Amino acid sequence: MAFVQQSSPHAHNARPTSRVMLWVIIATLPGLMAQTLFFGWGNLINVVWCIAVALASEAAFLKLRRKPVAFFLKDNTAAVTGLLLGLSLPQFAPWWVSAIAVITAIVIAKQLYGGLGSNPFNPAMVGYALVLISFPVAMTTNWAEAAMLFQGAPGFGETLARILSASQTTVDGWTMATPLGEYKHKIASHTATEVLAHPTFGDGIARGWEWVNAAFLAGGLLLVFLRIITWHIPAGFLGALMVMSLAFGANADQYAPLSLHLLAGGTMLGAFFIATDPVSAATSHQGKLIYGAGIGILIYIIRSWGNYPDAVAFSVLLMNFAVPFIDYYTPPRAYGHHKARRGLPGKNQG
Amino acid sequence: MATKTSAEIIRDGLWNNNPALVQVLGLCPLLAVTSTVVNALGLGLATLMVLMGSNLAVSLIRNFVGESVRLPAFVMIIASFVTCAELLMQAFTYELYQILGIFIPLIVTNCTILGRADAFASKNRPGPAVLDGAMMGLGFLAVLIVLGGMRELLGQGTLFADMNLLLGPMAADWVVRPFENYPDMLFMVLPPGAFVGLGLLIALKNGIDNHLEARRKAESPEPATSGSKRVRVTGNVS
Repeated sequence: MAFVQQSSPHAHNARPTSRVMLWVIIATLPGLMAQTLFFGWGNLINVVWCIAVALASEAAFLKLRRKPVAFFLKDNTAAVTGLLLGLSLPQFAPWWVSAIAVITAIVIAKQLYGGLGSNPFNPAMVGYALVLISFPVAMTTNWAEAAMLFQGAPGFGETLARILSASQTTVDGWTMATPLGEYKHKIASHTATEVLAHPTFGDGIARGWEWVNAAFLAGGLLLVFLRIITWHIPAGFLGALMVMSLAFGANADQYAPLSLHLLAGGTMLGAFFIATDPVSAATSHQGKLIYGAGIGILIYIIRSWGNYPDAVAFSVLLMNFAVPFIDYYTPPRAYGHHKARRGLPGKNQG
Repeated sequence: MATKTSAEIIRDGLWNNNPALVQVLGLCPLLAVTSTVVNALGLGLATLMVLMGSNLAVSLIRNFVGESVRLPAFVMIIASFVTCAELLMQAFTYELYQILGIFIPLIVTNCTILGRADAFASKNRPGPAVLDGAMMGLGFLAVLIVLGGMRELLGQGTLFADMNLLLGPMAADWVVRPFENYPDMLFMVLPPGAFVGLGLLIALKNGIDNHLEARRKAESPEPATSGSKRVRVTGNVS
């Protein structure tokens, strides 16, 4: 019989990929619950739809590539890609936008590069970036207004009908500008106090968003505690974002304050669940710190001086480009050797 | 250099040594102007004309230009033909000329043209040189049109829109809209879409080649060449 070839990441403990991915899925549940509670049924429907499309396209392409379908589907990685897209897409994004994002992620970003372990870019973020560039209207006008579930938010049936319709825009009154978007577009001509009066910010930092981010933070800390991810990437990511914001963003009449950067966008989801994808991230601990910090810096730069209000997808993809370079200069010290030699392993050691 | 037969020249230009899919030359116009079929057709025809003209001229003067000055001479010839193409487009298809803009003068820098002038036309008689120019140009044009069609269909949901810019009023209503209310997909309109599209086309070409090769091998396994060693066998067959 032929052995099924398994590619990296080769975990050193007895935890198979499927178990790791299952924990990742479990750890996103608090965030998903917070999203549903504050922004209605949209994310939940998106998540189910995206996972279904992800599994279907993964199965179809594994079959085309003559790979064992059941074996690869059972590792749950396609489901996680679908899940992450479902969590990050706008609540009322039409079904075909989500489907295009997921199919791009699975087929182009993952399978065409050789499947799990061979993809240089984070598949979910490739899909997200593609639809963000392709359908700017659908991707910016479909963010739900924060409203407690069962208290004025559109019900399950209405939300489903909206997502199933072909049109790119939603009825007025259901949607609202995201806090980061609102801040970015208004701050040029208004003072910080005027901008923050907009209902999207609520009484706290950013109505609803703060709780969603806190829930993703909690889920992420669970993953760190379980040693499914190490602390390096989130620490580098959030640390760099804080340093950048403290260094450049002191004037709230010009740039969004640090609290918005940390708790209003996709920051926590990005730091703990997206940037930490073991395949496309840097390998060594030192490399992970640099990789995470690079993402944090890029997010601040794009949010403050770029065209997009949120920038997790672009920053992660840009740092994915840099991963081979980072890995080249940050090999870990091998046990029994004084100092790691720069460069590819085994090349200089003869 | 062994002279190639006409059949070989045709096969090389259109398929085996296709400038866009195999040599991967002339990427700048290929990526920039293939957003619609009409743009692709306009640029492809201009390139085809320049390629044939420059191959003919280079072949005619191949015995009179010294080795050391050949490249500047070729570039001058190509530039003249590009100027002709530019003036012709200004005269007859002014709107398309304005859409294609800088990419018409930039045909000069298309590596396919200088490459064919140096690699083929400067070593062959005028007849084969013109044939080579025509076939390479057609191979390039074909890829441009397929890519343009792909990007136009996925990007704007139309096919053959604005063909009247190139072919006159009779082509004004050729436009096909297969989908109702197609939302523009900007990714395919922008250059990244061209990269992805070209990658898929190259993969398709290699896939077809591999398939044909496998079938050819299956139909006629290679015969043993005389002089090669037999496998040594020991023991007896009982």
